[in-house]
Order: sequence, then structure tokens, then C-alpha cells
Amino acid sequence: MLDILPDVDRWRADGRKVAVATVIRTVGSSPRPLGSKMAVSDAGGISGSVSGGCIEGAVIQEAQSVLENGLPKRLLYGISDEQAWSVGLTCGGEVEVLVERLDA
Amino acid sequence: MSSRFESLRRSLLAGERLVAFTRADDDALGSRLLVWHDGRTEGTLRSPDLDRAATTLATGQDLPATGLREIDGTEVFVENFEPLPQLFIVGAVHVAIHLVHFARQLGFRTVVVDARSAFATAERFPHADELIVEWPAEYLARTTLHANTFCVFLTHDEKLDNPALKVALEAGVRYVGALGSSRTHAKRVAALREAGLASELIDRIHAPIGLDLGGRKPEEIALAIAAELVAVRSGQLPAGER
Repeated sequence: MLDILPDVDRWRADGRKVAVATVIRTVGSSPRPLGSKMAVSDAGGISGSVSGGCIEGAVIQEAQSVLENGLPKRLLYGISDEQAWSVGLTCGGEVEVLVERLDA
Repeated sequence: MSSRFESLRRSLLAGERLVAFTRADDDALGSRLLVWHDGRTEGTLRSPDLDRAATTLATGQDLPATGLREIDGTEVFVENFEPLPQLFIVGAVHVAIHLVHFARQLGFRTVVVDARSAFATAERFPHADELIVEWPAEYLARTTLHANTFCVFLTHDEKLDNPALKVALEAGVRYVGALGSSRTHAKRVAALREAGLASELIDRIHAPIGLDLGGRKPEEIALAIAAELVAVRSGQLPAGER
């Protein structure tokens, strides 16, 4: 949380909308611990991470609607081999992420 | 739904401990309750029973681990927030330059304070989160010293060190260490006693500072200090004893 705060503060001071994704569940090996966060702004800013870089792109895409309508989303990324490759989760395992928009 | 971001942000920066509960089920996804260690709460999980159960969890002896858990049959994400450890380095000396590097790598927010502008320069400390040219005692007295604050005193100068040491000890920070031989420390203890500081506070000073790694070079001393900070932070070493 504290790692993304400087960027989030700056974005909000600029009047941007900000969504935050949080790792809420992991199964198997996962590069980022529970509670890890990535923030996304409606101007395309990205701060922090929720994996080793494998699912960030997908999460950023999902965050767009959250930024727009403010409805939180719970997302599961995993893990049949085929799926793992499609979102790039090469480590195998499962990650669940909660995406929410910060209060206006 | 409200993310309660402002309250969370303020508390984290002020160094308060709290637990955030967030509903992870479809019925009220994202609803959040914040519970501070002293029992204060803000927000709701949309059920008085859930709020009560969560508050009990967050104010007990053992804080719940970060992760998903079932509370009263509802899936809730529990998140434990510890204030960011901050390290105040009093004395912009050679050892401090190396200590800033180690401490930053180890996740400390680092602030270097020295009244001597010749030492406290951005050129010498490009990686410090903050560099303060001011009397250390005055600076420490006006800044937030929260429960996860570590202070090291490296100036070798009683005028700079001792008044600032007193401020840190009286504020009840988590760790206080001071550079100097046993003889220097004995002098320091006498001066602090003279200044009216209670013995149990003086006893909290880690001196000689750092784990005994046997090194003498500035970078080795910095490593010994950094090692001691980690040992205290992890609970391996009691904060007030050696």
C-alpha cells in the first residue's frame, strides 16, 4: 500500500480517477504476497504490481470499467497450462485480485 | 461502496496499526470496515454481526494474518497494516551514507538530520528520502515519531546527539541506538541523567550500536547497525535490551 501511495497521491491531486487492485488469494507459487497492490489511473498511470508481470496487462484492462462505473470486481487468474500461457502466468498457480475504485 | 481510502492513508502515514476487512462475496463485494487497534472503527461490512466479529478479531491479542477468511459464513479479505518503518539518522557522517543504502534496501523510509550543512548535502545523500539541515532535537520534536520509528545517533557530538536522544526516548520510539565506545556511552548516560531523563528510558539505548560483526570500516559499521535494526524489527532482538 505504502509503495503505491506517492503515485496515487499525485494522480488524485491532478484530479484523476484511481483504481487499486489487491492480491487477495494465491495458490501455489506466486511472486507477490497477499495484500500486494497495483494502482491504475484513468490517464494510464500504473504503479506497483500484483504478480511478476504476468497478469498486470489483463488487470489493467479489467480496471477500465471499474474506473468508469465504480463497481468493484473480483478476478481469478489461473491456471490450466493453456490459460496460464494465455495470461502469461508462467509460474503456474492461481491468483485472485480485487479491483476497486478509490473514493472520489 | 466506499474504499475508506482517505482514513487508511492518513493512518498509515501517521504510523497507526489497523486491520482492514473487505467483503469478497458477490452480495457486498468491496464493502469495507477499518478497525484500529484501540477498537475504533470506520465503515461497515453491511451486517452488524459481521462488524462485531471483525472488530473482535482485530482487537485481540494476536492480529489475524492477511488473507481471505470466513467470518460468520461470509468470505472476507483481512488485511493487516503495519506502519512503514522509518529510520531517523542523526549525523550526516560517513557511516550514515552507507546506512542509508542498507536501510532503504531493507524497506525503511530514511531521514538524515544534521545541523552541519557541510555534511548534510544532497551530494552525499542522494538516496535519503529526506535530508534535513536543522538541530536534530528541534527536528525530532516537530516530526511524527510513531511506534515503528527507529532512531540512530551517529554524530559523536554531545551537543547534537544528547538533546535529540532525549526527544526520541521520551517519544517512546521502537529503537534507539547510539554510536560510541563504552566510555563515550558512560559519559552520555551521565549527561542524560543530569538532564533529568529516567533510567528506564536511558537503558533502552542500544550502545555500543549494532550487532557485533567485528568490522571497523564505515560500511561494516553501517551493516552492523542495519543488522541490528532488522533483528529488532523482526522481534529477534528485544527493542530495549541487548
